[in-house]
Amino acid sequence: MTDTTQNAAGAMDERLRQVSIWKKLLNRPELGAVAGTVLVFVFFGLVAANSGMFSSKGIITFLEVSAQLGILAVFASLLMIAGEFDLSVGSMIGFAGVAIAIPAAVWGVPIWLAIIFAFVLAVLVGYVNGLIVVRSGLPSFIVTLAGLFILRGLTIGLTREITGRTQVSGLKQLSEGDPIAWLFAGDWFGFLFANNPTVNGIPASIFWWLALTALATWVLLRTPFGNWIFASGGDKLAARNVGVPVNSVKILLFIGTACAATLFAAIQVLDAGSADTNRGLLKEFEAIIAVVIGGTLLTGGYGSAIGAAFGALIFGTVQMGIFFTGVNTDWFKVFVGVMMLIAVLFNNYVRKKVTEAR
Amino acid sequence: MAAKDGPALIDVQSISKFFGSVIALKEISMICHPGEVMCLLGDNGAGKSTLIKTLSGVHKPDEGRILIEGEPVDFDTPRDALDRGIATVYQDLAMVPLMSVTRNFFMGREPAEGRGLLQRIRIGHANTTAREEMKKIGIDVRDPTQAVGTLSGGERQCLAIARAVYFGAKVLILDEPTSALGVKQAGVVLRYVAQAKARGLGVIFITHNVHHAYPVADRFTMLNRGRSLGTFEKKDISREEVLGMMAGGKDLDQLTSELEEFQRADTAGGTGVSQLEPGAAAEAAVRAS
Repeated sequence: MTDTTQNAAGAMDERLRQVSIWKKLLNRPELGAVAGTVLVFVFFGLVAANSGMFSSKGIITFLEVSAQLGILAVFASLLMIAGEFDLSVGSMIGFAGVAIAIPAAVWGVPIWLAIIFAFVLAVLVGYVNGLIVVRSGLPSFIVTLAGLFILRGLTIGLTREITGRTQVSGLKQLSEGDPIAWLFAGDWFGFLFANNPTVNGIPASIFWWLALTALATWVLLRTPFGNWIFASGGDKLAARNVGVPVNSVKILLFIGTACAATLFAAIQVLDAGSADTNRGLLKEFEAIIAVVIGGTLLTGGYGSAIGAAFGALIFGTVQMGIFFTGVNTDWFKVFVGVMMLIAVLFNNYVRKKVTEAR
Repeated sequence: MAAKDGPALIDVQSISKFFGSVIALKEISMICHPGEVMCLLGDNGAGKSTLIKTLSGVHKPDEGRILIEGEPVDFDTPRDALDRGIATVYQDLAMVPLMSVTRNFFMGREPAEGRGLLQRIRIGHANTTAREEMKKIGIDVRDPTQAVGTLSGGERQCLAIARAVYFGAKVLILDEPTSALGVKQAGVVLRYVAQAKARGLGVIFITHNVHHAYPVADRFTMLNRGRSLGTFEKKDISREEVLGMMAGGKDLDQLTSELEEFQRADTAGGTGVSQLEPGAAAEAAVRAS
């Protein structure tokens, strides 16, 4: 092998460079998700063109659904690339929502302080999840599955204990005039839609989604920490042997997913003006599906945050698209399942391709 | 023999390591000077891996001490050892197959610019460096962003060694660098070991393959069941003696005589096999293999 490369080094370089753009594209993990997004838009562009799906209002609706899931998926993808899952994010959404709502609505704490309180709890939950996983060496699947039940149970138990109900409402009025509430629930750039009475502006969640995707992608591809994420998921021992602080990386990423869940909760709670103990149900799986559609390997070490964002876009677009086309929404789940299966098969093929000798 | 003027690069003074009731290492001493290949030989279970892990900061010795260039050191993590110039190239290569050549080359020590949260990898510089360093050892990676999984075993091993050398290793600890390789690929690695030695690095070469070790080594330390059987200069010991000692001379003699016993029993008419406890024979055979 070395012989051939040495003999033909100069000539081969030129030849390889010509095909390399296509090859490089094929080697990007998010390729499948981007292609899928195009397909989905072409499909609904043909089928749902006149249903209002592609009006300003419609676009903002499906983007908002995608954005909320995307916030979760981007952080879930970082964690999955590092070789771990967090199944507790769905419950964390409910928990964080209540952690914002109860202090604000029951104890009279200002909203901004309640949000900070929820984020502090999220850091704690993420830290504990991560610590148990790295210290015990148990699969994160099991550890965070326990977290899923514990957090959901705590949410319901504590809320009923404190308020006697499973819903906390009345946050809409409280968040008015709050210094940071607009960061989560506001509609931005309303002036762009001045002549469109149905649209108030672009929801803040969409900006969060875009900004966090860009940030995560930059971290992943251009910072030492990103390299550590790949290394931790690719081969934990190898990474540790060359001095990568694998445990710290994983714990930080668990904190990341818990904080993403809290951001999701803050957006929903302030938007709806109420918190419900059942919020976030099944979101952990939706996030994982978006991540997998985005080309990240379930086993870690390979993947992309942009892919996860596109995965969430596919998810949100199809969910709303089915609604707009008037197809029975029951079929949505079938579609998601099939989509995920195709994605996994495709990823598996890509992984073999990547590690194959060229 | 290399110059012994300065202090040794690494001087291990009677270290011991226990895991519960198991004595993994007992009073092992060894020394390695610049430009010297120190060969650590031992059969499976001799304690080679434990010794490497102790030297590279994964384990802490329970007794004894390690001197680097005459200075006693205390490694808490592999990173500490790396910072002191002790680089270990593991048998499993410490490579992530799904990651690119560049990302593997700089794994854990990314060339960064900027400060704090704005710190970022100098990706162009990293790619060129990785490609150049590989070229120096005669491997032309056309595209440093290709996954390491696409390289051959010998190329991966060389990448691991090149990485260690690039990051200023003074002592290279090579854990069975040739055991998984074919003859030609092993040759590539051995040539590179000789090159590193010529550049004044200290090399600790761990292997159970005497034929690979003998041509490049200056000295041999033999390990058996966690204890050292002694250190020998190359001029004082022949390849056959090394081999005999490694296999545990007595075991080998015993095996030879047992095999003769089999042969005699065979010629006597087949029934003689039961004269020998089958379990004991198997055990002796396994130990000597």
